[in-house]
Amino acid sequence: MLILKNKDLTDNDVTDFDIYQNRRKFMKNAAGVGIAAATGLPLIEANAKAVKSPYSTNEKLTDYEDITSYCNFYEFGTGKSDPANNAHTLVTSPWTVTVEGECEKPGKYNLEDLLKTVSIEERIYRFRCVEGWSMVIPWMGFPLADLIKRMKPTSKAKYVYFETLHDPKQMPGQKRAVLDWPYTEGLRMDEAMNPLTLLGTGIYGKDLLNQNGAPLRLVVPWKYGFKSIKSIVKIHFSETQPVNSWQKANKNEYGFFSNVNPQVSHPRWSQRKERRIGQFRKIKTQMFNGYEKQVAALYKGMDLKKHY
Amino acid sequence: MQIPEPYFTRLFKPVLFILLLLPALYYAYGIWQDTLGANPLEAIIRGLGDWGLRILLLTLLVSPLRRIINCPQLLRTRRMLGLYAYFYVVLHLLGYLWFDQFFDWEEIWFDILERPFITIGMAAVILLTPLAVTSTKGMIRRLGKNWKRLHSLVYPISILAIIHFWMMVKLDIREPVIYSILLAILLSERLYRKIKT
Repeated sequence: MLILKNKDLTDNDVTDFDIYQNRRKFMKNAAGVGIAAATGLPLIEANAKAVKSPYSTNEKLTDYEDITSYCNFYEFGTGKSDPANNAHTLVTSPWTVTVEGECEKPGKYNLEDLLKTVSIEERIYRFRCVEGWSMVIPWMGFPLADLIKRMKPTSKAKYVYFETLHDPKQMPGQKRAVLDWPYTEGLRMDEAMNPLTLLGTGIYGKDLLNQNGAPLRLVVPWKYGFKSIKSIVKIHFSETQPVNSWQKANKNEYGFFSNVNPQVSHPRWSQRKERRIGQFRKIKTQMFNGYEKQVAALYKGMDLKKHY
Repeated sequence: MQIPEPYFTRLFKPVLFILLLLPALYYAYGIWQDTLGANPLEAIIRGLGDWGLRILLLTLLVSPLRRIINCPQLLRTRRMLGLYAYFYVVLHLLGYLWFDQFFDWEEIWFDILERPFITIGMAAVILLTPLAVTSTKGMIRRLGKNWKRLHSLVYPISILAIIHFWMMVKLDIREPVIYSILLAILLSERLYRKIKT
């Protein structure tokens, strides 16, 4: 697996939607990576060859520029533009992911090895931040379920939680204790196994940029964005429900489930509407961010006002 | 310290006027040239609120500052500062009503009831309004002693404004802490003088 860094991207490298679409068509017809490399196209080869998925929405994509410049990634600062400005210090290659806890195949895995057996898909998902804004992002990635199956969780594994890298030298925002580092997020096992749940490796056919959680991040489209943990170095199978970072910071405002829910309002942000980045008018927020059909069954009988 | 009269009226005050207008021009230019990032509407709403609060604190600085540097002239900038604070606060409110709620009054009403930081912000703007209205020379004369009483509302208003900001912040409270310290200094100076006399 060839992982190159594209630190020197400029505005000229930003792909707009039409070119992106055309490129996808071109890539489909292209005989292989040779052509991709020769034309200076995407760098993680699997990202460039991602296959389309029926789970994708056909809504208008958010600009690459906006996705990569407007980020919440407190490891690089609390401002929206801090991650794009500061994340260059993160070294994503080589990258090791530790798998531990209730599973038969614990160990330290090189990212390359983890990616060898999976096939990268393109999933165009809605992404809804708890702060009331949203995007439509063409992710590259593979179902988390594929990786979980490989690790053979035991019957005790009821939850899986993830940790972001903790290294204040690479992540200067960690020098301040705004959150209790390392950043931690978790899912119930059935949520983790849901076919929508993705481990993301790219955006717009390119490698993830550091500010978006390179080289490996979670994407859980029916939950608020902070559940989709970035730059993952640890995957832990556990019997008990983990405490995620935002819940730890303020449990009255952020719960474990954090499903997108227009009926459960946050003290600071009404969740009934959202601002789709790039659009002037706000749009109505949908239950489970519009993924009700795929995930509502997971929460049957649960009081979602209580389990927010 | 005394600025020669012509310089004060023809240079100092106009320069101050233009300086205080710059943030508004910055956001106007930002809309025009699309330089406000991925979420320009939020940047505008937040930015206008920031400047409203900053200028409000500046208004409170006038009276102690003129004593410290012994420059009574400064008092004559206070109306401009106060009106500018009101100007930014009203634009901030308008930004919320328009870009955040698109004048959906039902939704706004929900917001006032459900989100205490909106309630407090609204209260601050409403309280600031009579102060702006009574800032003219005629009003000062007409209200006499009551003018001062009415305008001491600025103290609770600035406390409300800072609570509003503090409640809005998600986790990183550095900025509201700085403003709170500044306000605490400004208010305790007044309290100290009041106790002393």
